[in-house]
Amino acid sequence: MTSTTEAPAGAGRGVSTPVPPRRRRKIRADDVGRILFVLPAGIAMALLFGYPVVKNVLMSLQEYTLTTFFTGEAPWVGLANYADVVSDPIFSQAMLNTGLFTAGSIVFQFAIGLALALFFKQKFPLSGPLRGLLLLPWLLPLIVSSATWRAILEQDSGILNQFLGLFGVEPIGWLVSPSVALIAVIGVNIWIGIPFNTTLLYSGLQSIPDELYEAGALDGATHAKAFRYITWPSLRPVISVVLILGVVYTLKVLDIILGLTGGGPANATQTLATQSYQRSFVDFEFGHGAALSNILIVISMVFAVVYLRRGRQAADE
Amino acid sequence: MKRRIVTTLAGGLSAALALSACSGDDGTGGGGEPETGDVTSLSILDYYNNDPDKTLVQEGLDACADELGITLERETVPGADLIQTVLQQASSQTLPDVLMLDNPEVQQIAETGALLPLDEHGVSTEGFAQGIVDASTYDGHLYGLQPVANTIALFYNVEILEEAGVEPPTTWDELREAAAALTEGDQYGMAFNANATYEGSWQFLPPMWTNGGDETDLTSPEVAEALQLWVDLVESGSASESVINWTQGDVKDQFAAGRAAMMVNGPWNIPALNETPEVQWDVVQFPVNEPGQTPVAPLGGEAWTVPVTGDEASQAVAVDFVECLNSPEQQLDWAAARYTVPTRTDLAEEYLAERPEMEAFTEQVANARSRTGQLGPEWPDAATVIYEAIQLALTGQAEPAEAFEQASSR
Repeated sequence: MTSTTEAPAGAGRGVSTPVPPRRRRKIRADDVGRILFVLPAGIAMALLFGYPVVKNVLMSLQEYTLTTFFTGEAPWVGLANYADVVSDPIFSQAMLNTGLFTAGSIVFQFAIGLALALFFKQKFPLSGPLRGLLLLPWLLPLIVSSATWRAILEQDSGILNQFLGLFGVEPIGWLVSPSVALIAVIGVNIWIGIPFNTTLLYSGLQSIPDELYEAGALDGATHAKAFRYITWPSLRPVISVVLILGVVYTLKVLDIILGLTGGGPANATQTLATQSYQRSFVDFEFGHGAALSNILIVISMVFAVVYLRRGRQAADE
Repeated sequence: MKRRIVTTLAGGLSAALALSACSGDDGTGGGGEPETGDVTSLSILDYYNNDPDKTLVQEGLDACADELGITLERETVPGADLIQTVLQQASSQTLPDVLMLDNPEVQQIAETGALLPLDEHGVSTEGFAQGIVDASTYDGHLYGLQPVANTIALFYNVEILEEAGVEPPTTWDELREAAAALTEGDQYGMAFNANATYEGSWQFLPPMWTNGGDETDLTSPEVAEALQLWVDLVESGSASESVINWTQGDVKDQFAAGRAAMMVNGPWNIPALNETPEVQWDVVQFPVNEPGQTPVAPLGGEAWTVPVTGDEASQAVAVDFVECLNSPEQQLDWAAARYTVPTRTDLAEEYLAERPEMEAFTEQVANARSRTGQLGPEWPDAATVIYEAIQLALTGQAEPAEAFEQASSR
């Protein structure tokens, strides 16, 4: 943005006087064209993203309840909704859980995704079909995945505990013990997130020219060294995209947690997203729900801004 | 100020219309009387979206439509989506002419002003069980009427109990002993649902109310004692730790698969249980803590209401339609077809002659209490405290008494 506006100004200053007006006129015509091209997308964005966001902010400042839907009356309460949700003891637990859920998911999704991407980079028979199979978790509707995993993790008859039982392990309350449930939910989310990481990282790996490795090999850079000095640096832009998008997606995960534990047991897997859902669509306190989701949006925005800046840096390079 | 004038005007207008409607009944005909003859069709919204209920309810609805000489446009949505659908329709002013609501939701919706007070339109509650009338009454007015009710009681597997030489329990001590005796291998003695939803709270009400506990004071020793029963059953291993995640459907599946010898559940499972004839079952009322107590269970079932759509003629027909659904003949038909209990208490004998297996439920309904009877639209808050406390106690994070204090301090 800054570079495009500065460049003509700087150019204008350097050139003799009759030129700039003509240039300026030309730029204006260009701008109209550009604006016309951007306008439909801008309107669509405003309607599809702007309206809900603004509405959500307004809602969080109102006492928006069941009655509002019938009478249209929602008194303004200022920041009371925010004060209410933040002072709720569940809020700090939900914040902590959101942090643990996001960090845990991202670290393992990424590490496993990268390992698999590197593995599939090697040429071996059936690597194509296997890579296709790997996409399965991503293609399944989340509600199906969570129902299946719920059955797998069931304490008494779930296949995981039956399998562990073969090795003499006592049944573990994957979804019913507050100390284990969050780990189980993170585990399932990792499983769901691996294909996304693998796919993007794999395509990133594909774009690294083989010549780099050949040249590196001549210099004695093989395996670990090649990864450290060639793969990792070349993959960096993709990695930052994968991580930042992953964080934004994971922060707002709702269906998996609802499907597996519903936020329980005893709020052990409650996150900001599930709390927001609970407040809005179970308790029908839409103002509280909106306040929580706005807090979530602000947290996501931090990462989105980082993502945009990264993207711009990459473009500038 | 302006608004007040409008409401006064609207109030006066509806009173006038109500009066004229009454005068219309005795055939004299009034000036502002709605032309109900022009109404040929009513729209209906309910959540019986799965068979067999969907079809069985359709039969009942059709019978009344025929009687009134109208056709129906029925929409069914999944249970969890009903209120959201109602809210969307309310904000776009497309509410149906007849709306089914789960009975604890009637007062919440009535509070918003969306429902027509049926008592002002000549609907009488004479002969109905008091709990049923309480559930649909808000601020002194009747906003809905439910033809049939259900509740929960204790199902048991006849074969398993006989083999173990265990009698169906009548007290909590007997329940604990029986559950322990019936637990072996893959089979638990008892199954119930204690998940973190209103469903979990609903299943806790039989022990809580039977023991004299009350939702107006959830920190009383009676309530804590009831929670102790749930904790004992799980801690002793007589019930699975998974009860904190189970729905009532899961509980029924465990029972039907022979993995639970007893369960707390409702009669809507009877058609499904009849599909597994290898499981022979029977039902008793939920046991009492001390001999001499009366088993008190929560009233379930759905009420039919008439939303305020502004179309006076359709509203009048809708009121007639709701009355028809609640007529004695309809109640008996619905109850028999769907294993529920007629809400007109004088029908009990006639009903049991036809459905003897419903005896325990019919007795239990006679003393059943509505969830919203005491707290009205505030009930959901109490229900939330109840299920949170259950979760805290069953996961060992708090003793029962503490659990309720902790949950209610939120």
